[in-house]
Amino acid sequence: MQALTTRAKAVDRRPMTFLERLYLWNILKGMLITFSHIFKKQPTIQYPEQKRPFSPVFRGLHVLNRDEEGRERCTACGLCAVACPAEAITMEAAERLPGEENLYREEKYAARYEINMLRCIFCGLCEEACPKDAIYLSETFAPASFTRQSFIYGKPDLLIPDPKTQPAELAAAKGLS
Amino acid sequence: MFSLEGITNTVHEWLNNHFSPTLALLTEFVLVGVAAIALFALLGLGLVWMERKVAAVMQIRLGPNRVGPKGIFQTTADTLKLIMKEGLTPDGADKFLFNLAPYIVMIVAMLILAPIAFAKNFQIWDINIGVLYLSAVSSLSVIGVLMAGWASNNKYSLLGAMRSGAQIVSYELSAGLSVISIVVMTGSLSINDIILSQQNGWWIFKGHIPAFISFVIFIIAVTAETNRAPFDLAEAESELTAGFHTEYSGMKFALFFLAEYINIFIVCAIGATLFFGGWMPLHIGHWEGFNHVMDYIPSSIWFFGKTIGLIFLIMWFRWTFPRLRIDQLLNLEWKYLLPISMFNLILMTIVAIMGWHF
Repeated sequence: MQALTTRAKAVDRRPMTFLERLYLWNILKGMLITFSHIFKKQPTIQYPEQKRPFSPVFRGLHVLNRDEEGRERCTACGLCAVACPAEAITMEAAERLPGEENLYREEKYAARYEINMLRCIFCGLCEEACPKDAIYLSETFAPASFTRQSFIYGKPDLLIPDPKTQPAELAAAKGLS
Repeated sequence: MFSLEGITNTVHEWLNNHFSPTLALLTEFVLVGVAAIALFALLGLGLVWMERKVAAVMQIRLGPNRVGPKGIFQTTADTLKLIMKEGLTPDGADKFLFNLAPYIVMIVAMLILAPIAFAKNFQIWDINIGVLYLSAVSSLSVIGVLMAGWASNNKYSLLGAMRSGAQIVSYELSAGLSVISIVVMTGSLSINDIILSQQNGWWIFKGHIPAFISFVIFIIAVTAETNRAPFDLAEAESELTAGFHTEYSGMKFALFFLAEYINIFIVCAIGATLFFGGWMPLHIGHWEGFNHVMDYIPSSIWFFGKTIGLIFLIMWFRWTFPRLRIDQLLNLEWKYLLPISMFNLILMTIVAIMGWHF
């Protein structure tokens, strides 16, 4: 019969010889394999102390961006909330008042911006939908807490530090320092 | 030179100088008991840690490494946790037997300790039938296991206990026969005599191929007797959850666990005594210088080194081989090991009668 693939291998169905039925050689071989493992290098990464480097496209917890002058980029257009397949994003818009030009970049801003991290599936569609480059997925991950309420991240949790007034914190958050 | 014999002699003299002989003897009883229990606790903690580390390196992992340096206090932490836990007794269980079983297993393990020579002249009880005593008492542990399985009122426990019973009873035979083959060579049942007969070389070297065969049979049989993988049918996780100790929790479970490791230590100590000369240092023929250097190592270190080497061998088995089926297990014993060890015994007797050993 012709083999279906080139990788097909005939099974050896000959009865085992006496030496093979003793299994002694195979037992010894198995023990040598496990013994050789003692001298191998363990590939373990000891997590809290050592961390595996992420790929540049890793999708972790979200951050809300500011521009170079420290103004919030988000205009509360709601496209991220629409794009979100898990319906994790809620926001409330507000109008910028005179004198707040140094806080918000455009006339409209998000007064409330919440992401439920328990609902979020970290697909990154909000990042793609955003026309203002306001929301990004960072490399932070694995938040831990005792209550469900604390997984609803508001603006104070999401906004990056102001590059003007808090340059040190920003550098630390980016992992540069 | 450090020796355990010196310590015991000092204690003995001090007690006899300060108290009446009866009181001194009673104090010595208590001291020996406390020392035995302390040794048990230390061995249990140490061997469980060793098992986990051996398992880890054989599977290319790190193993416990968080509690203390290299994780040596991991087992202490586990024991603390087990002491804190509630020792649950199931409703349908036979309460008296259920609670008695772990202690029986433990007491049997302690009894076997008596005739083992830990170092030169350091032995709890030097009886002239030491080897017979060992094989007689070690078969008692099956009673505790059967009791635990029966009293649990659980089909898994019962099946595990039955398997354990069948296994221990059958493997006792070839373990006994391989022990007898050494007795044939020595002509004595006393542990001390057996060790002294290995002054000029260990039996595994002196006894040629028959001694080696009986060592291989011995190590297979004791692996089965202590219910260790690849013969751990009694607690086959994939079939019987945990076998005879399924229903046990807390400290009572810990006692079973401890007894398992103590039994491993004891059978390895017997193996080291019979085949590797117990506390006898390694002597090679007429190399006087080499023999002299070996004599400088304390006898207790020789004994524990050999025993731990054998324990490593048994752990090595466990993390290499898959578990046998129950019919394969009994076939191996009754159809192969028992005939081979009987033939080997005849061979050994001929070697002993003709004086072909060194």
